[in-house]
Amino acid sequence: MMAAPQAKLSANQERLAALQLPEGATWATAARGAALDRLRAMGLPERRDEYWKFTRPDSLTQAEAPHAALFDSGAEPEVFDTVDRLRIVFVDGVFDADASDDLSLEGVRIERLAEAGQSDIHWAKDTYGVLEERGQNPVARPLAALNTALATDGVLIHVTGAVSKPINLIYIHKSETSDAILHNLVKLDKGTELTVLENGPAAARFNKVMEVEVADGASFHHVRTQGRDHERRAATHIFARLGKESAFKSFTMTANGVMTRNECVIELTGDDAIAHVAGAAMGDGDFHQDDTVFITHDAERCESRQVFKKVLRNGATGVFQGKILVKAGAQKTDGYQISQSLLLDGDSQFLAKPELEIYADDVACSHGSTSGAIDEDALYYLRARGVPKAIATDLLTLAFLAEAVEEIEDEGLREEINSRLVGWLERRRG
Amino acid sequence: MLEIKNLHVDLEEEDKTILKGVNLTVEAGKVHAIMGPNGSGKSTLSYVLSGRDGYTVTEGSATLEGENILELEPEERAAAGLFLAFQYPVEIPGVGNMTFLRTAMNAQRKARGQDEISAADFLKLVREKAKTLKIDADMLKRPVNVGFSGGEKKRNEILQMAMLEPKMCILDETDSGLDVDAMKLVAEGVNALRSEGRGFLVITHYQRLLDHIKPDVVHIMSDGRIVKTGGPDLALEVEQNGYADILSEVA
Repeated sequence: MMAAPQAKLSANQERLAALQLPEGATWATAARGAALDRLRAMGLPERRDEYWKFTRPDSLTQAEAPHAALFDSGAEPEVFDTVDRLRIVFVDGVFDADASDDLSLEGVRIERLAEAGQSDIHWAKDTYGVLEERGQNPVARPLAALNTALATDGVLIHVTGAVSKPINLIYIHKSETSDAILHNLVKLDKGTELTVLENGPAAARFNKVMEVEVADGASFHHVRTQGRDHERRAATHIFARLGKESAFKSFTMTANGVMTRNECVIELTGDDAIAHVAGAAMGDGDFHQDDTVFITHDAERCESRQVFKKVLRNGATGVFQGKILVKAGAQKTDGYQISQSLLLDGDSQFLAKPELEIYADDVACSHGSTSGAIDEDALYYLRARGVPKAIATDLLTLAFLAEAVEEIEDEGLREEINSRLVGWLERRRG
Repeated sequence: MLEIKNLHVDLEEEDKTILKGVNLTVEAGKVHAIMGPNGSGKSTLSYVLSGRDGYTVTEGSATLEGENILELEPEERAAAGLFLAFQYPVEIPGVGNMTFLRTAMNAQRKARGQDEISAADFLKLVREKAKTLKIDADMLKRPVNVGFSGGEKKRNEILQMAMLEPKMCILDETDSGLDVDAMKLVAEGVNALRSEGRGFLVITHYQRLLDHIKPDVVHIMSDGRIVKTGGPDLALEVEQNGYADILSEVA
């Protein structure tokens, strides 16, 4: 049974051995146990792993969260402040009932994982960790299994009818050493619709999973901003499964952050489903942001789009690893993927790995990846019309990001994101 | 208005001298035309005056109402009242034409210490000017010059000129790529802007634009210098006899 006693355990192995599940005998404990077994079998991510070549996993896997100074955004209004929404607030991963709205809303049942996990029978029993587990193949995502095993809380959302407003998960960061693990579950019944908004840095280190089950004809919309704290770290995963004629649309804005890894794993399992994933990232200086996307087409006539744009300056690093897998039989697939970086100086870098794997013969898939500087001709043209260089550069930067931002369907949300992008640029204009 | 004295300019990339002592004065209220064969330095003159990168002034000066513009940034030259209508207007995906125009207008006003134009006033003004140039609402909404035809791009240049009301307008080969109808429309736009306080420098290879925008003075440029200056008749002479005759005459 024992491994050779003289063999020295790596830091990761030591950490895995020491992990302990919360006590209890509920449905959640079983799911957590299974996830912990998965995690121990695959091990924590290492630098040598194929999908961690561009992003150092160390600070995300080490036992303690690295210290992260708090960030004061001044008198700036809360993100999505202009939107009528139901607010659910977590501070350093701990639910804040006083700051949150009442969780009752017509057409949807909202519960907290920490409470629902105590009951014997719950719909989440058959869902919690299921999509995460499916998403472990063919590429291991150990941090997501860790999350399923150890999440302290999260929100379970079951949409059964018409919902009047978006649900906004707000993650506040107040402790310089907090290590938050939250697991959200969203289940949309047939033909229903929901918008989930997320914002905030959450903690010094944040591990978050969101599993989304989209039934036939349902639509899920997701818009998030990740918080401007410079020293925060985050590893997030979205796992989604789409039924027939359903839609999943997710947009993420990342501004600042020393380490962000956003993974998105989508399975199109019903015919005529649509999945759009987009991101706009802006990094200045000590910034590392990684979008790792895996979309599987396993049904006919589905459409997927990946649109990722990154603005990088002063040595910032952007990573994109995006894959479209078209399984045999997924005929008439329409897959599109674009990842682009705007490098505002010679110190910044963009590392991209676009992948297509296609086993059907009647599909249209395209992908492209580019890195470039500001277009000098356009800059001169704007300046020749009287626009100062700094403003002209910002205009061209926003224009570069526009293709990703336009993926947000709701005009109000699009405007909200645009105003945040403008604010970020203006603060750097000096 | 615009005074160019003994201007010498090198193209940085090729270490080549393009302008070899240009002397030219455009008075307020006058339209001057510069004609010349390809490679004579006409477009370089327009780029140097507007402040494009890649050129080094080795000698001479250029002043706008007495102010040395060669030391100013491109945006400062624009705010001082200089406008270049581009031979090849640049396409800017993602930047709406209206946003672009309003940003430019307000930036210039700000630089001159004026208040920004209100959204309502701007809209009224742009609609009025666009109408006379047959620019529809769709063109105003689209990204700057993206998907515009050659004629639409040039009309868009004139619209910007009309909105920004510069003191000194330089038109670089504005007739290139235009059919007769489009050229008439552009010329009407330019003529509408002719006024006592405004100078024009019209750079063109062919005489035909000058049928529609009647110049007061015509210059012939060759090998980086103005080699001959005359009245409107000089343009007709070029049209009839070509450049070779005139150039051999002054050589």
